[in-house]
Amino acid sequence: MTLSTDNGKGLMLMIRLENVEKHFAGQPVVHPLSLTIDEGEFLTLLGPSGCGKTTILRMIAGFEQPTTGIIRLDGEDVTQLPPNKRNLNLVFQHYALFPHMTVEQNIQFGLKMKKVPAKEQRERIDEAIRLTQLTALAKRYPHQLSGGQQQRVAIARAIANKPKVLLLDEPLGALDLQLRKNLQAELKQLQRSLGITFVYVTHDQEEAMMMSDRIVIMNTGKVEQIGSPRDVYERPETLFAATFIGENNIFHEERLFTVRPEKVRVTPELADTRKTGIIQDIVYLGNVHKLVIHLENEPTSVTSVLDFTDQRDWSIGQKVGVHWNLQDEVTVGR
Amino acid sequence: MKTAQASKRHPWLSIHSFLLMAFIYIPVLLIIVFSFNDSRMSTSWSGFTWKWYSTLFDNRTVMEALSNSLTIAFTSTIISTVLGTMAALAIRKMQNRGKQGVIGLLYMPIVVPDIIMGLSLLILFSQLKMDLGKMTVIIAHITFSISYVYVIVSSRLANMGKQLEEAANDLGASSWQTFRFVTLPSIWPGVIAGALIAFTLSIDDFMISFFVSGPNSTTLPIYIYGSVKRGISPEINALCTIMIVVSVMLIILAQWLLGRGKSDKEKGGSLLPF
Repeated sequence: MTLSTDNGKGLMLMIRLENVEKHFAGQPVVHPLSLTIDEGEFLTLLGPSGCGKTTILRMIAGFEQPTTGIIRLDGEDVTQLPPNKRNLNLVFQHYALFPHMTVEQNIQFGLKMKKVPAKEQRERIDEAIRLTQLTALAKRYPHQLSGGQQQRVAIARAIANKPKVLLLDEPLGALDLQLRKNLQAELKQLQRSLGITFVYVTHDQEEAMMMSDRIVIMNTGKVEQIGSPRDVYERPETLFAATFIGENNIFHEERLFTVRPEKVRVTPELADTRKTGIIQDIVYLGNVHKLVIHLENEPTSVTSVLDFTDQRDWSIGQKVGVHWNLQDEVTVGR
Repeated sequence: MKTAQASKRHPWLSIHSFLLMAFIYIPVLLIIVFSFNDSRMSTSWSGFTWKWYSTLFDNRTVMEALSNSLTIAFTSTIISTVLGTMAALAIRKMQNRGKQGVIGLLYMPIVVPDIIMGLSLLILFSQLKMDLGKMTVIIAHITFSISYVYVIVSSRLANMGKQLEEAANDLGASSWQTFRFVTLPSIWPGVIAGALIAFTLSIDDFMISFFVSGPNSTTLPIYIYGSVKRGISPEINALCTIMIVVSVMLIILAQWLLGRGKSDKEKGGSLLPF
């Protein structure tokens, strides 16, 4: 393994985890993991709670020590460095704003600690405030702000330091759905314009799909799959990955394979079809409608998603044929 | 609204509350009322006067006792606040099994009867051949005040959580900078409240001081105890009234400080152990 920071694609490597492993009280919470993250990449650690994603983030930040393994930041081994010596910043799940400081003082804190000259402090504070649209709130205290505004302050406080990497621990988890959607778009936009590497932790697969360049799907401390949103959706490698992201139909035959519901075709004719079944449920969702079909002679149901072009009349209890193309079958491991 | 309805349903409840309050406060009110009584006798009311307050301030023994009390209270408060706060900070960082034991030992002075504290300190000082005086009273007061400061500051620390300190650390602050700029400002109201409680306890303490004070370290409570033996004078009533007012004000101030900076949800519950 070379220590080069070039990943061969012309992009610089920003973070490299080499066989990083973490045990708490003898129990493995993160199984040996090797991972590289490019400069300017938006990488998401996705998984259910307790899967080890936050522990990985905290190890990169320096709040947890890996039991074994090495963490490199921009080529430098930072495994033994305390958090205040690492050139990256963490946005905490509950923001962790300093309650006795104004918005401006919160943002200034990191610059003051790093003894940035006063003039540059001013410029960086102003820039961070402008980028996060906090100009009108600069003199307020955190308790005078809404959740979404506090979230913006937490991000402004982090980016003012111009970190090489921004780590975000479920930063939108405490916000309601509509606000979360808006902030997702804002965050993605911010990441593009700053060009900073983002490592983002979430349990929300839709959020991960929408924002990330690459997704690391995790389950019980192990990586299930690493890939672009398209990769993990179209070519899931494990059963967990296939079912955690989006809806999927699972088939246990000679092998284990999946077929996405939008790849499943339904016909009223029963001849020359792959399978036959009875319509169990029809779900109308506006832009699409879903048929749930109970297969004949098999203990499984198949979901088919049909779009607006499908004008046929379906009825519950109707016997139908079910088709899909061979190339839409995705073989998965367990 | 709800309480009004409740008292309508249970007329005895308000009578019961009234009697309870009367039971608690009538003795205190009597002292306050008779401190303004124009007669030397505490049996009958003969008109309003401030004169016992002025004779009090002319009484050299009282002023000396007051000066002793204040010296002891200020010194023991400062030292016990620093030590109690340091204990709270250190114990929070402990992770081994000894932690619960150390906390238990710190709570002991709150639970141990004052008379035993006083007696054991007296035995200790005589073993060490220390002369009883202001120094021994100060040491005794520090001994029990540390526990109260610890209780108040550590609950404030527990409320604060660890995220703020992690955030400071993440933003480049060293351990000392994190303490100076984040931890201390966050627990400051608790530290001040702890100091006010320590001060009040020191000013009010009789039992332990009685055992460990010497001839030139008479505090106000000990002076009061000594003079009551010669009969209750209106000056003593005036002195007690002043002590009641000062103590109550200090406690109210401490409670207000503890309530500040907390969300409405957390408010209401008192953090004081009594």
